[in-house]
Amino acid sequence: MFQQVPMVEIDGMTLVQTRSILNYIATKYNLYGKDAKERALIDMYTEGIFDLTEMMLPLVICPPDQREAKILLVKDKIKNRYLPAYEKVLKSHGQDYLVGNKLTRVDIHLLEVLLYVEELDSSLLAPFPLLKALKNRISSLPNVKKFLQPGSQRKPPINAKQIEEARKIFKF
Amino acid sequence: MCETTVAAMAGKPVLYYWDARGRMECIRWLLAAAGVEFEEKFIETPADMEKLIKDGRLMFQQVPMVEIDGMTLVQTRAILNYIATKYNLYGKDAKERALIDMYTEGILDLSEMMLQVVISLPEQREAKISLVKEKTKNRYLPAYEKVLKSHGQDYLVGNRLTKVDIHLLELLLYVEELDSSLLAPFPLLKALKSRISSLPNVKKFLQPGSQRKPPPDMKRIEEARKAFKF
Repeated sequence: MFQQVPMVEIDGMTLVQTRSILNYIATKYNLYGKDAKERALIDMYTEGIFDLTEMMLPLVICPPDQREAKILLVKDKIKNRYLPAYEKVLKSHGQDYLVGNKLTRVDIHLLEVLLYVEELDSSLLAPFPLLKALKNRISSLPNVKKFLQPGSQRKPPINAKQIEEARKIFKF
Repeated sequence: MCETTVAAMAGKPVLYYWDARGRMECIRWLLAAAGVEFEEKFIETPADMEKLIKDGRLMFQQVPMVEIDGMTLVQTRAILNYIATKYNLYGKDAKERALIDMYTEGILDLSEMMLQVVISLPEQREAKISLVKEKTKNRYLPAYEKVLKSHGQDYLVGNRLTKVDIHLLELLLYVEELDSSLLAPFPLLKALKSRISSLPNVKKFLQPGSQRKPPPDMKRIEEARKAFKF
């Protein structure tokens, strides 16, 4: 629709826009909470995760000379804004999942970003015991465990050579 | 800036933001279109912002923030989605919601580009304005004209008013402010713009004296830039 990907064909629809695709899948598979208030919390927590992910994305395509400064900025936000926010949520209710005491999409989104944080710098997670526990717990869920194994459709970190090739083709 | 949430207790949402459009304006529009009265607490100094942060009311130390139904919500989309669901402006099922979300996200992408024009440094502004005009003309307006053409209905989704018609109207007014000739090749969008503008709640919001915010004042932006360091 907007000459961009991601695009997903699902249930007869041709959907673009990450959030619309995620929202549809979460609703269909019952991972979007039980009512509007739970959905509001899920959306709020999800949006924070997206903001952080957006910050981490440019790190890979950033020219090497700017990378140091950007990495420092991202690490600062991770350490002082985002991880504390989610640790605080878990601490506030003491439950195993972020919202509604059951698995929802935001637990999955959080696990994913925690793995990226770990890839960036494994010491960043150290001060956050509840996040570490959630990371282990969600990683152990059967479907997730399977996805974490080699041979799944999970994609590896992008490497510098791929970026250079993409840069030439797609002109960025 | 007053601390009390009497308004919130009375059932009215309370909006926390600068006295400016920014990222709160789409929320004001949606509440207004739904006929919901709301209060606003304006951030005027860095101290106002620091207090909100220190009191732990901003999950990510950012605004917009809205107190509604006992919740302290941040993140524009979380707030919009909640309001739309509560006031029945989010379609009738998951598939309609998917279309609404897809169309909304395109509008938010273009709005973000326009916001970047406003907050960008003066020397970058020309180039950013050109980019916005190009995307408006070649990517976004054609996409929405095509949707309206495909079903010939009065609203974007489900043949009735939903949040995305309101988001689109707001965007079209900004496009017009930027360059009124941009809308000329899109008759269905122009018709939708007139139609949605005539809905009673929307018409009222478009009148002077409503809580709708005016176009940004570049002098005020520069002052805010110094004070809030962006």
